[in-house]
Amino acid sequence: MMCTLAATFNPDRVLVGLAEWVTNALSAWPALSSLALILMSTVPLVAIFPGCFAVATWLERKGLGRFQNRIGPNRTGPFGLLQPAADGIKMLLKEDIVPAQADKFFHFWAPILAVVPAFLVLAVIPFGRQMVPAQLDIGVLYFFGVGSMSTLVVFVAGWASRNKYSMLGGMRAIAQVVSYEAALVLAAVPPIMAAGSMNTAHIVESQIVAEWVSGGNILVQNAGSLLGWHVFTPWGFCGFLLFFVASLAELNRSPFDLPEADSELVAGHLTEFSGFKYALFFLAEYVNLFAIAALAATLYLGGWSGPNFFWPAGLAESAPPAALVPGFVWLFAKMFAMLGVMIWIRATFPRLRVDQLMGFAWKFLLPLALANIVSAAFFIRLPWWAAWPISLGLSFGAYAALCVVNRQKGIGPREYRYA
Amino acid sequence: MESFVSSLVFWVFATGLVAFSVLTVAGRSPVSSAMSLVATMIFVGGILITLQAYFLGMMQVMVYAGAVMVLFLFIIMLLNLDQESVRKKAWVKALSGVALCGGLFWILLGGLGLGQSRPLPPVPQGSDIRDLGRLLFTEYLLPFELTAVLLLVAIVGVILLCHQVRDRAAKKGGA
Repeated sequence: MMCTLAATFNPDRVLVGLAEWVTNALSAWPALSSLALILMSTVPLVAIFPGCFAVATWLERKGLGRFQNRIGPNRTGPFGLLQPAADGIKMLLKEDIVPAQADKFFHFWAPILAVVPAFLVLAVIPFGRQMVPAQLDIGVLYFFGVGSMSTLVVFVAGWASRNKYSMLGGMRAIAQVVSYEAALVLAAVPPIMAAGSMNTAHIVESQIVAEWVSGGNILVQNAGSLLGWHVFTPWGFCGFLLFFVASLAELNRSPFDLPEADSELVAGHLTEFSGFKYALFFLAEYVNLFAIAALAATLYLGGWSGPNFFWPAGLAESAPPAALVPGFVWLFAKMFAMLGVMIWIRATFPRLRVDQLMGFAWKFLLPLALANIVSAAFFIRLPWWAAWPISLGLSFGAYAALCVVNRQKGIGPREYRYA
Repeated sequence: MESFVSSLVFWVFATGLVAFSVLTVAGRSPVSSAMSLVATMIFVGGILITLQAYFLGMMQVMVYAGAVMVLFLFIIMLLNLDQESVRKKAWVKALSGVALCGGLFWILLGGLGLGQSRPLPPVPQGSDIRDLGRLLFTEYLLPFELTAVLLLVAIVGVILLCHQVRDRAAKKGGA
């Protein structure tokens, strides 16, 4: 009895098992069961990510406070933990101000349209084994396609406000995001090549050494679920850093926060939004952050896989082994780790100038991403003893060459064109 | 049930497509026209997805609605903002536009050979990205590469023209 319980007990499959149990219980009514399946894969996302948003704002304020030798929020609740709730109530009660000259229609719709793509892209994130809300064969492409809508929304928000600071913020956002999107998408190509698929679930599975995980002792199993991550290859290391840096610019986060540069543009495209509209923009920003962090983890950090305590699941010979730590715990741990690094970067680096921003995207990130694709192609096609030196040479050689080419030659007079 | 849902989805997308195309042309301010065009692109992508051309549908949204329209908006902003809302109705232009559209539609009808239905070539099953890539790099390699060169020529040409104008301005400023 104990033995069978141990064999069927699998924390990794808790949520999948629950979903299967509900659909089986409703199997007499097919329409109801498919509706339940849809609700079970969407409602948790809409419930959990605003919660993550609240935690992230608290972490960011607390973290920045510590970095700047302050305490941070500490009045509401223990350790200031209720600060997000207090902020939310404050935002809800604030007056909604629409400028007299504003385009009423777009001013109303911009915050709503900002939130929609942020949640839509979560549909292709694999949160665990068999836990993808929508199994799409073009998953990564869908992510970038839907995600590119948020650029338009930033611009529309800036334009609809009829405020020069908003407008400048919107223009800067477009120039910046279009430039960095090229590097971001190219940085996402190597894992697609390695997996031979744009399906995010397949990309994660391609980073797990299945025969090591299903057999051997605990050390081999953990090596199999850790060492397969793309970040441990030369092109993967380079690609992950590229993706991470480009995603900072995509998210308008420091040091690329020129669209909202508060010392120059008040708050950029957010200037004329008050109350809950402002809160919605912030919600969209943080959900986008978590989504891109989840995609970065999926592409390069093995997604939901990680070191674990495995035992045979006992269902069938080919079934993946049971694991103690559920996959979504690993994914969220990776996402929050990346959030931590982002907060650290925000506290450390000053904002870039516009010309530096553009030069960095087009003269450094984009060529490096292209070289990295070539490096990944060699790595994937060649046997390991040839792949490692060639890939190392290509990725890091390209990095060194670009550093030499882009070296700043003294500080001369500067010429500004468009803001 | 299945065919009812798919035809319902098609009609939703088709109605939205036509409505937003009309709004694109009829809109007064350039920015709202551009936003209608974005919605049109998204609906075109939706129709491609209902035809199971997932890759093409997503590319439609990403390239046109995402990138090209962003550049459109950028250019609208760089043009004169004062003239934004003073677009007058021009009947001659409108009539010639309608005539042009009618002519194009007529040609399209002839090209499709309406009335004499032909069986379509079979749709390849499985991953459409793989098939598309294979076709692009085997059968259509030359046109594909030539298009790429064409785009490169366009970019280089634009830079050349801009530099000529700037050099001339610099010379005038110097003299």
